[in-house]
Order: sequence, then C-alpha cells, then structure tokens
Amino acid sequence: MVSLVAFSVLRGSIEIFSYEGIIGFLTGTDWNAVEGRESFGALPYIVGTLVSSAIAMVIGVPISLGIATFVSEMSPPRFAAPISFVIELLAAVPSIIYGLWALFVFRFWIRDLIEMPLYNTFHWIPIFDKYPFGLDVFTAGIVLAIMIIPIISSICREVMRVVPNSQREAAYSLGATRWEAVRIAVFPYAKAGILGAAILGLGRAVGETILVTMIIGNVIGIAAIPTTLFSQSQTLSSLIANEFNEASSDLHLSALIGLGAVLLILTMIINIGARLLVRKMVKVPAGDKKK
Amino acid sequence: MNNAERKDYRLVLHGHMKKTYRKRIIIDRLATIFAIVCVVAAIIPLGSILLEVVKNGVAALSLEFLVATQGSIGSGKGGIGPAIQGTIIVVGLASLIATPVGVLTGIYLSEFAGNGIFPSAVRFLNSVLTGLPSIVIGIVGYVTVVLVLGSFSVWAGALSLSIIMIPIVVIVTEETLRIVPHSLREAGYALGISKAKITLNIVLMTAKSGVLTGIGLGIARIAGETAPLIMTILGTSLFFSSLEGPVDALPLRIWRLASQPYESAHSFGWGAALVLILMVLGVNVVLRLLAHKKGFTVRAEV
Repeated sequence: MVSLVAFSVLRGSIEIFSYEGIIGFLTGTDWNAVEGRESFGALPYIVGTLVSSAIAMVIGVPISLGIATFVSEMSPPRFAAPISFVIELLAAVPSIIYGLWALFVFRFWIRDLIEMPLYNTFHWIPIFDKYPFGLDVFTAGIVLAIMIIPIISSICREVMRVVPNSQREAAYSLGATRWEAVRIAVFPYAKAGILGAAILGLGRAVGETILVTMIIGNVIGIAAIPTTLFSQSQTLSSLIANEFNEASSDLHLSALIGLGAVLLILTMIINIGARLLVRKMVKVPAGDKKK
Repeated sequence: MNNAERKDYRLVLHGHMKKTYRKRIIIDRLATIFAIVCVVAAIIPLGSILLEVVKNGVAALSLEFLVATQGSIGSGKGGIGPAIQGTIIVVGLASLIATPVGVLTGIYLSEFAGNGIFPSAVRFLNSVLTGLPSIVIGIVGYVTVVLVLGSFSVWAGALSLSIIMIPIVVIVTEETLRIVPHSLREAGYALGISKAKITLNIVLMTAKSGVLTGIGLGIARIAGETAPLIMTILGTSLFFSSLEGPVDALPLRIWRLASQPYESAHSFGWGAALVLILMVLGVNVVLRLLAHKKGFTVRAEV
C-alpha cells in the first residue's frame, strides 16, 4: 500500500522535477501557471506549512500535556473517563466542520480578542506589524492546534499511564508535592513517548488540508512566505486543494503532484520518527513493570 | 530502583527543600489549575462547534433540503440531496473494499503472523499509512484511477477512501482479536477443529463487537474526509449517474458552499454540516460507549 502511494505520487511528479530540477522546484518562489510563462517553485508553501505547524505545536503541545497530566495524574477517577471521552469526540469531528466553524465563527474571536490587542500594543514589533484580518497563519495555527490536541493528549496519557507507580511513590516518599512528583518522576520517565506524541501531532498538522485551505488566506508566489504572524499564507496541501480542479496544463498538474511528493516525504519522515520513539517508550517500561 | 537513581532524586529534591513549604504548595496548586484550564480550553471549541452547527444548521433543514438537487447559485432554493446520496455511495463502496482487506489483514497479524520481520514490517507500514495526509492519498486515486479511466469517478473516490480506512480496521481488528482469551482457542484445538475454523467461528465471533466498532469508526472517519474527494469524485450538482462519472459528497459540498459569497449558500453549508456531524458523531458516540461497556478503549489516533 505504502509503495503504491509512493509510486503514484512519484510518477505524477516526474514531469515537474525534470522541468524545474529538484533543487529549482524546492527553492523557487514563483508560481505561474500561465501557458508559455510557466514557473513553479515550492519554497513559499514549504515555509507556510512549517510556520503554521510550528504555531500549532507551540500552542497545542503544552495544552495537550496539561490535559494528559490532569487525566492521568490529578483528576479523580470519576472525571478521568468522561474527560477523555469528550476529548476523543473532538478528534472525531471532521476537519471540514472545523474549517466551517473557523471561517464563520472562530476567526472573529481570534481577530477581536487576540490579534487586535496584540496589534494595538505591539505593532512596533515586526512580527505583529500587519493589520489583522483573521484569515492568516496565526488563526490557522490555532485551529490546527485544536485539531491535534486530542491525538497528542491521548498518546501522552497512555505513555504516562505506563510509568511505574514505584517512580511516583519514590518521589512522594521524599516529600514531593504532587506537581513535583509529576515533574521529577513522571515527565523524565515518559519523555521519549511525549516527544513521539508531539511529533505525531506535527505530522497531522503538516498534512491537514481542507481546514487550512479555508482559513489561511491562500496567496501564491513569494507573498506566501509569512513575514508577520498576521500574514496570509499558503501550505503545500492547501495549494493542491485550491488549484487541482483548475489546473490547466499537464505541467501545472504535475507541479501540484510534486508538492504532494514533498508533503509525502515530509510526513513520512515525521511519522516514522515518531512511531519509533513511541514504540521504544511503550515497550521498555511495559517490560520493566513486570520485574 | 537502583542506587544511582535514588541518589539522583535526592539531589533534585534537595533543591526543592530549600524553598519554603508554602511556595511549593502554591506551585503545586498553580500546576493543577493550569491543567484544569487546559482541559477547559480543549472543551470550549467542541462546545462552540456543536452549538454553532446546530444553531445555524437547523434553520436550513427541511424535507426539500434533504432530497432536492441544488437550485441555481445564490438563489437559496433546492437542497443537498445529491451530496447525501453521493456520500452514502462512495463511503459504502469504500467500506466494501476496506472491510474484507482490513479484517483479513488484522486476522493474519493477530492469529497467524507472530512477530517475525514481515508481520512487523506490515504493522509498521500500516501505522505509517494512518499518518499520511489524506490529500496525498487523493493524489493516488487521481493518478491510478482518474488518469487511467480518463474521468473523475466514484471508483477513484472509493479507492482513496478505502486506503484511509484499511489501516484503521487493521489496527482495531488486531487489537480486539488479541484480547480474546487463549483458553477459547485451546478449547477449539482440544476438540480437533482446524485452525481456520477456530479463527472464523470462535475467535472472530467472540471479538465481533470490537471488529464492528473498528469498521464503524473507519466509516465515520472517511465520511468526513474532504481533501481526497476534490481530486477523485470532483463533485456535481446532479444525482448519481454512473460509477464511472463524478458524484457529489457532503464534505465536498460544504467546502464549495462555504467559498461562495452568498448568505444562502453559507446557510446551506451549515445545514449540510449538521447532517454530516450527526452522522459522524452519532456513529462515534454509540460505538465508543459500546466499546467502553465491553471493556476496551479505542484510541483517538485511529
């Protein structure tokens, strides 16, 4: 299956790679589909993808960690199951519905409650220096964060659950408070697993399409490299979604599939890394517990 | 725990002991409050999404909305009948492809494969497959079916969606078959039944509800996918005509409606979102509750 995926993506993208050259395609910034003046460069969208995912990680990971900590270490057992249930429902909402909600509801909250105050107070700092509109990398990052929270937090919870109780008891017996026990006994033990969970979330954020397409602003060419937090941008996947049906020439299509190839390689690396980390983590302590 | 680790804890705690007890208690409380805030922060969006979808969606609902084809753009007439029909057809076909493949692979991994190199590789690649962006899988459908047959078609959509669904079914099937007690299998062997029969009649029957849960969750997941459909079934405002032609689907319709500049289109979008969310969340809630009763949990990442 995986090889089928790889094969078809590569076959579709050969044409553009031979037209622009692999390096040229990866570092070019023009995007012009007009016949006779074709020029395709993927760099702005790679940057857009990375920036929006980075924002999602900065917001999503601490919150997920907080949720996982609460559910596995702090909350009374009575609440733990319902909370995880609700969080998992969040994972079940289709991304198109996140997109609809973000486009018509959430972006106004973000614009009025977060972006405007930031702009008014800090517009002399370059990254805040753009009049916020609500459809930008910042909003996209936040909604992506909401989307990846369920995934990261449920894996973190699982990983923290396999931390042997003896670790916690050791900390408590030395007089640690509950938070100190979490910090010095649970976190270090679960470190690799938490990291893996975060990377897995990153993989989701990088590949998410429809949601990003609806709220990132969709600009093309050099303008898609966000210079401020409130700039419009474009990601690899959103550009594919936007232009696929309108692609006029084979070369244009091939360029879009080429973007898909870049995306595929990016997420494969992220995913394989994450799986290896999580697997290592979940296996070792499970064996430890039996001793 | 060995001595080195114990010494390590003492060193770490020594630093904390220097602070006053009160300060440590305050930090502990703050951490707890932070964790609770995180939980609330994650629940607010879910609440808001459900509220907005129901509030805006109910207004659009009517019998005509559910069965009619779309009126002219911006008129606010007609409905999303073709989209509902298309979703049912494409998702139905996709699950017809994905269910046998997924369940059989799951059975193989759990009952026959053991822990050799090949099964491990299958498991690993399978989990990698769950993490691939759905738009890339859409490209697969485009290159392998649309380009070959020469038109956007139901088959391409169904193939793409089944590629998304298969790994989910595989994972859930394997995990549920694994928790079937070994004594049941041994009872079968003791009676001299062949392995194939034991697997089908005893193990699979015992794990039936779990496997069905996996299939249901897979269906709910692919019903909400949009990205692969853009490049496979294309979308149309007409009812289903043939398996080789384009067809509409709910998520795709919502996407197109949301990008039109008309109030009425947005209202339609919300209505379609309500229908979709009722289908998807309905299946999810029921299945997860059932699964919970039976004593196993389904992880969020599948």
